[in-house]
Formats: sequence, structure tokens, C-alpha cells
Amino acid sequence: MNKHTETKKTSGKGEGEITSVVNRRLFLRSAGLATSLGTIVIAAGCNDDDDPMIPGSGDTVDLGSGDVGVLNYAYALEQLEAAFYTQVIATPYTGITDAEKTILTDIRDHEIIHRDFFKAALGDKAIKGLTPNFAAIDFTKKDAVLGAAKLFEDTGVAAYNGAGKLLKDPNYLLLAGKIVSVEARHAAVIRDLINPKSADFAGDDIIDANGMDKAVAPADILSAVKGYVKDTITGANVGK
Amino acid sequence: MDIFKIIDKFQQIDGDAVGRLEYATRRHFMNRVGSKLASAAIPTAFAAIVNKAYAQSAKAVDVLNYALTLEYLEDEFYKAGNAAANLIPASDKAIFTQIGKHETQHVAFLVKALGTKAIAKPTFDFQYGGAFGDVFTNYKTFVTVSSALEDTGVRAYKGQAGELITDPQILEYALQVHSVEARHAAVARRLAGTLLGNPAMKGWITGKEGAVAAIYAGEENMMQGGKDLKGLASKSDAAITEAFDEPLSKEAVLAIAGPFIKK
Repeated sequence: MNKHTETKKTSGKGEGEITSVVNRRLFLRSAGLATSLGTIVIAAGCNDDDDPMIPGSGDTVDLGSGDVGVLNYAYALEQLEAAFYTQVIATPYTGITDAEKTILTDIRDHEIIHRDFFKAALGDKAIKGLTPNFAAIDFTKKDAVLGAAKLFEDTGVAAYNGAGKLLKDPNYLLLAGKIVSVEARHAAVIRDLINPKSADFAGDDIIDANGMDKAVAPADILSAVKGYVKDTITGANVGK
Repeated sequence: MDIFKIIDKFQQIDGDAVGRLEYATRRHFMNRVGSKLASAAIPTAFAAIVNKAYAQSAKAVDVLNYALTLEYLEDEFYKAGNAAANLIPASDKAIFTQIGKHETQHVAFLVKALGTKAIAKPTFDFQYGGAFGDVFTNYKTFVTVSSALEDTGVRAYKGQAGELITDPQILEYALQVHSVEARHAAVARRLAGTLLGNPAMKGWITGKEGAVAAIYAGEENMMQGGKDLKGLASKSDAAITEAFDEPLSKEAVLAIAGPFIKK
């Protein structure tokens, strides 16, 4: 059964930020993604004006159970990615090249398509539209934007890889497979923009000694992205 | 310690036990050998766990041997390319060294996982019966074939996901390799697009755009989850086809790979 619980929850802004940073750091260390964070420039509070919601507030959103939970989990992540790249293109960083803008616009469109596809596929079982929190990302700086893009893409790949085995319907598994390889293409291209012609597109910081990408469980992914969304996402029953 | 006998006993009682125990074992193992000193030993021991716990399912053995065939092909291709004098320019060496390293690791993993059930390495003809005659002397041809092999690899792994749905841990490993092939493909495609002067060839696949037309059949698909996505989010057909990669059946992949394989 798909369980929907949406409880209004308010929390102090400062407290929320501290917890999210701690959670993210904990996750990144455990998942070996710590080096991915190295290039992210944290600039507090640069973007609050664009947020339609009251800062620091958000709903509690439960993803539901079974395959619907997995699809809502993907929908949640695609919402964040789509919102991120929409912002990137709306307020391009200083010195963005035409080539970079073309790539980032392509990626934005893919993420919007993924988001809207999941929303349509889920129908009335879809979670609400989430309220992102990108206050920690300085959208005026190339390093900050590409660093965050790398984190989102690597996290997306790890999330889909970890969610595959939770799906029971082979059609959904195939759909997840069709999307995850596109996310991996994004990750490689973003990494190549950051450090062109290097081994970083599939670097030793993210690929293990078996030549494998990461596969990370929903709970760990949700902790990792917690700082980037105002709503509290719970996914205890995803895939169950 | 004969943990695998214990796992076997559990499996007789609970079919799911293997997955959980193997996962726990692997985590425990990885925690204990977390130092870089031991990292060289990880693939062997890691794969051995998979072998003991999983390579009993006939379906999984088939899929893994199919994957091994393709990984052998890729591994040998990059070994030859990376060894060829005056082929890969210095500026691009790091890319193909990294790709080649991963293919070698994939082969090693699969060989260990399959144990005695692993197929022997075939003999390859990378000139593809003459179609790519200068593959190891002309960098354009080499990158063309590289992009084609990587995109085929992505399609091949994707096509097997459903076959592994009852083998969750092997499915997960396959997905973890699948996304690495996609990373390779994105970079190889961009290099090919530049070398061939074809800006339509991006890191992602627009329509069925690729350097070797035959392997992209079906990539232009607009139907997802039983729905035609045309016009979704007011995006172009190009963007919609880019947003989804398409699978290939084993038969289609082997038909493509066939001319590479002498025996």
C-alpha cells in the first residue's frame, strides 16, 4: 500500500542547516563520496529570495511503499535535479561558455523530462512538488555549480543503482535502467568539464577496485540530499 | 571459516538469506580491509564471495558469461589500443588508460565470480572483417569503435536487468558496471563527435545518433512506460530521446559483436 503522510513541520532555520550539513558529511564519508564535495563552495544564504516558501519551513513527505515508493523516490531526486539545473540556466555562473551552457541546458531538459515522466506515471500516487533549498550553492561561481552538479549526478547514479533491486516489476526496473545510464552520462560529462581530458569522468574517487560505480540505499541517499530540500522526506518503506 | 556452508544451510530455509548474509559479509569484509594496502586483493576476494553464494543459478551464469564475452572484447580492444605506438595522442591517454583499467577489472571480477563456469577468452578480430581495418593505426577509427563498443555495452547490460530480477545482488553488480560503461560511452562519444566533426554526437544519444549506425537502432524510441512522451514538458523529440537510453536483446548484441569474435 502506498502511504501518504503529510505533516506540517516547522523547524528553526539554523538548526536545520547544521543538521543537514552533519548528515551530509556523515553520509559522504560512509559512501566514499567525500572527495566529490571538495570542489563545492559553500556560500550561505545567496539565494533565499528566489524561494516561494517561508525559509526553514517544509512538509514531511513520505515516499510510500513497494514499487510506488521507489518511483516516488526517483521522482523526488529528479525534482531536485530539475530545480537545480533550472536555476543554473536561469542565473548562469560568471564566465559560462556557450559549450557549457549547451551541455547544462541539455541536462536540465533531461531532468525535467524525467521529473514530469515520473509525475505522470505515478498519477495520484505521486508525492507533492518539493521545495528545494539551494542556499548553500553559489550559483554565480562555476566551481560551485559544477561541483554541486557532480554531486547530484554521482548521487543520482548511486541512488538508481541501489534502488534497482528493490523493484519488483521488471518494466519499472527497465525504466530505471534507461534513466540511470543517462545520469551516468551526465556525471561523466560534468566531471570532464571540471577536469577536462583527465581520468575523472570515471575517477578512482567514485569507481571502486572492481571497476564498479556506487550503489547506495535510499536511507543514505535521503540523508545525503537532506540539506538541499526544505521538506522532510521519509522513505522507510521504499521497496517494501 | 566455512561461512559459505553456513549460508547454504540458511538458504535451504530462506531463499532470501543469501542476499542478506552476503551483503553483511561483504560489508564486514570491506570494513576490515579498508586500507589501501589491501585494495589490490579486494577484487579477488569480493568476487569469490559472489561466486560461492550466487553462481549456482543457471540464468545468472548465462548472463554473467554473456557479460564476460563483452568485457573480454572491450578489455582486449583497449589493451591493443593503449599498447599501439602513435595511436592515442598524449592528451587523451588518461581517458583510455582509465577505461582500459575498468574493463580489465570487469573481466577479473566476472572470471572470479563465475569460477569454473567462466567461458574461455575468445579470439578477436578488431578490424571487424575489414570494416575497421585501420582501427589501431588511425585514431579516428579507434575512437569510433570505442564509442560503439561502450554504447553497445550500455545497451547490453540494460537488456539483461530483467533477467536478474530474481538475483538481487547480481542485479546490483550488473547495474554498477552498467553505469560505468555509460560514463565511458559519454566521454568516447564526445571525443568521436569532435574527431569526426559531428557536433550532433553528444555524450548522450540524440535520436539514434552514433558513429556506427547499426548499433543505435531503437534508440530513437519515444514510448516510455506504455506512453508516447511526445511533447512532454514542451521539450523537443531530441531531448526526450536523449533522456532515455534503450536496451538491446542478447541476440541483437551478439549479432553486432559477432564479426569481432573469430571463435
